[in-house]
Amino acid sequence: MARLTINGEVRDVDADPDTPLLWVIREQVGLTGTKFGCGIAQCGACTVHIDGVAIRSCAMPVSAVAPEQRIVTIEGLSPDGSHPLQKAWAALDVPQCGYCQTGMIMAAAGLLQTNPKPSDDDIRAEITNICRCGTYNRVRAAIKLAAKGAGATQEG
Amino acid sequence: MTQVQSVSRRGFIVGTAAAAGGLSLGFHIPLTGGALAQPVGSPAEVNAWVVIRPDETVVIRIARSEMGQGTLTGLAQLVAEELECDWSKVTTEYPTPGQNLARQRVWGSFSTGGSRGIRDSHEYVRQGGAVAREMLVAAAAARWNAPAGECRASKGVVTHTPTGRTTSYGAVAADASRMTPPKTVALKDPKDWTIAGKPLKRLDTADKLTGKQVYGVDLKLPGMLNAAVKACPHFGGRIASLDAAAVATMPGVRKVVRIDDATVAVVADTWWRAKTALDALPIVWDEGPNRAVSSASIAETLKAGLGADDAFVGTTMGDARAALARGGRTVTADYAYPYQNHATMEPMNATALYTPERCEVWVPTQNGEASLAAAAEAAGLPVDRCDIHKIHLGGGFGRRGNFQDYVRQAVAIAKDLPGTPVKLIWSREEDMLHGAYHPITQARMTGTLDVDGNLTALHMRISGQSILAAVRPEGMQGGKDPVVFQGLNAAGPEGHLGYAIKDLLIDHAMRNPPVPPGFWRGVNLNQNTIYVECFMDELAHAAGVDPLAFRRKLMANHPKHLAVLDAVAQRIGWDRPPPAGVARGLAQIMGFGSHVAAAAEVSVTDGRLKIHRIVAATDPGHMVNPAQIERQVEGSFVYGLSAALYGECTVKNGRIEQENFDSYEVMRMAEMPDVETIVMPSGGFWGGVGEPTIAVAAPAVLNAIFAATGKRIRTLPLKNHSLA
Ligand code: FES
Ligand code: FES
Repeated sequence: MARLTINGEVRDVDADPDTPLLWVIREQVGLTGTKFGCGIAQCGACTVHIDGVAIRSCAMPVSAVAPEQRIVTIEGLSPDGSHPLQKAWAALDVPQCGYCQTGMIMAAAGLLQTNPKPSDDDIRAEITNICRCGTYNRVRAAIKLAAKGAGATQEG
Repeated sequence: MTQVQSVSRRGFIVGTAAAAGGLSLGFHIPLTGGALAQPVGSPAEVNAWVVIRPDETVVIRIARSEMGQGTLTGLAQLVAEELECDWSKVTTEYPTPGQNLARQRVWGSFSTGGSRGIRDSHEYVRQGGAVAREMLVAAAAARWNAPAGECRASKGVVTHTPTGRTTSYGAVAADASRMTPPKTVALKDPKDWTIAGKPLKRLDTADKLTGKQVYGVDLKLPGMLNAAVKACPHFGGRIASLDAAAVATMPGVRKVVRIDDATVAVVADTWWRAKTALDALPIVWDEGPNRAVSSASIAETLKAGLGADDAFVGTTMGDARAALARGGRTVTADYAYPYQNHATMEPMNATALYTPERCEVWVPTQNGEASLAAAAEAAGLPVDRCDIHKIHLGGGFGRRGNFQDYVRQAVAIAKDLPGTPVKLIWSREEDMLHGAYHPITQARMTGTLDVDGNLTALHMRISGQSILAAVRPEGMQGGKDPVVFQGLNAAGPEGHLGYAIKDLLIDHAMRNPPVPPGFWRGVNLNQNTIYVECFMDELAHAAGVDPLAFRRKLMANHPKHLAVLDAVAQRIGWDRPPPAGVARGLAQIMGFGSHVAAAAEVSVTDGRLKIHRIVAATDPGHMVNPAQIERQVEGSFVYGLSAALYGECTVKNGRIEQENFDSYEVMRMAEMPDVETIVMPSGGFWGGVGEPTIAVAAPAVLNAIFAATGKRIRTLPLKNHSLA
């Protein structure tokens, strides 16, 4: 048993302690917006926030997260897709297949938390998620667009 | 099978179809992005392509699969254009392959590959829209007792021109469905298009930003179990022994299933538990007959083919052998291109529900009908007792077309658990070890230059693997694989060489190593373009002629090839020197029916490559959505340059060595250059856009690297070379 705070809700889940947080989120909690891409912290598809910091949840055992730590997934980033990043993503029609995009958005939200006005080089250095469809340039443009707009702050 | 005459009535409720087979789960399943299940009793479809609800929502049926390439939006634009509906009311849904079969394949092919989604179906989908429009207009006219010729449709409203009376599509859709469809309809001239040809936004974006979009790996069905699978990593190998009892009592484990003599799966309550138990399962592999096969042994085999006497002739003009034998200034070079994995971000997966009477599979697939055939075969049931529910793909790139191995596996597992849905997900490692790999080839290029530096004769010998021999032998022509010569044909609308070379011979010594090949986005155009376009650069250099000028002299008879090449040269500023420390390279090709070219600007500092800027031009003939073409072109550089910089599956002991993204590296944002896209449709033909540009990405950059460093890279990937 583990107690987690996900998107503002306290959840008790039945999972073995070394189960990666990713699979607890996807299978026990049932939030499937967080994706599995590699399982070894390489691709970023599984990015969520813990206390406002973007982490790769496939490489974090659920037992490493304390009950009071705030986990935010893509479903909790905004109630209705209205986070400045989501709006910028929609404005620029960023996704192709879309599979990597929730992780991209969560990684970008993590970046804006620490660096609200990132330069192109900041974005290139910080966003290391893999996209096989090739949306990188539009991801970068969307992050800059969101940063230009109203405060892109963390929620949840 | 229950009634299938109306897809919309059937409502995509599994229970409807499954009830006859004894299953009555009766739950809604998620289908395409943005598609809404049609409630039972909704107004009938106008025709197979178009459903219009009383609230004016226009549901357009799409037979091809959306995997990120934008075909869903593009095909909907073509139907909507002729339908004269209100684009803001458009949504889409997938008919199932089973429904297609039951309706005499009214939706045509479901296959989504070869950049063919739009170019192969534009005519009949536009006709589908036009026929529906005529029926809607006729229904409105009948209500008014007016001749249909006095009525016009625009934005989903029918107007009786003489009286100004109007009605809406939603109001007359039910009547329209009972009208006799016209036998012939005229299609609009593309120059009159208002929806097609425009840079409209995709229809499937919103849910991808919130986590709502359901991919195959996300599917949840009541009572569903989860499976993880391992097949013998040695090609041709098998399971020598395994100890199922050792994991039987691990948490959540329900069953260990031996799928065949090389494959085993663990079924558990969650996927993580299934995978954990599978990793703990003691398995001894019998490495099989290919244990001695390695990258080095494969390279030797292919190398022998470079000089072999026997070869299949692809393209020939004049007498290249005689011309080369006459001598003159001869340039020769050997090139090599390695195995690649598709590495879609969403790993292979499928969910199957089997009973002795019926089998249904939910799967992200590029070819629903191939999935249906695989499911029926694995289930041992007739196809009309099976169906496939297509789910949005987290990438396809060719891996999810012909190859339905994951469908067969999922059905085999589900067959062991009748009545229980089972979701099979491959780990990334399984995906890397059991790809349908980009085939491996080498090429020997030999050319002669006359005293004026003109190319007079060229022999291109390709040695290596045939995809068709492995996956579609019925497509072979007397032992020859015509697909090997992609982009190298003397003529033809799919792709022909843009150079006039007096004495030309292109032939193929087929060498098929025991590594399964497949169609990998761009297919053989990828390496063929590297071979031809890098060698053109070598010849130009040997002749002491500018690479653009050298090519232009050979391209007078190929104005469309030349136009895209000129376009990128002009945009990058070829006639002016590059910025200090920067060098340029060019490449062009025709493939998948389109003309493409690229120009690259790179610098190499202390051995470190930086790609600064790419200019790409595409002439696809007709253009359905320029915004989506731009995205495909940009994405092509990520795919093509990932392969050029890093992509390589190496072989040892008859198996692939790379198991995840730590050893199979791909391009990330830090290396992504700016890409400027020129879309220059010249009309008159329909070319594809998802693949051709990949082919010019690598040679443009390799040629620029030569210009920067004097180093000619002839074997990929670049990571194996020092540029210092
Ligand atoms: S799935 Fe976690 S980084 Fe790839
Ligand atoms: S949009 Fe497909 S992997 Fe990024």
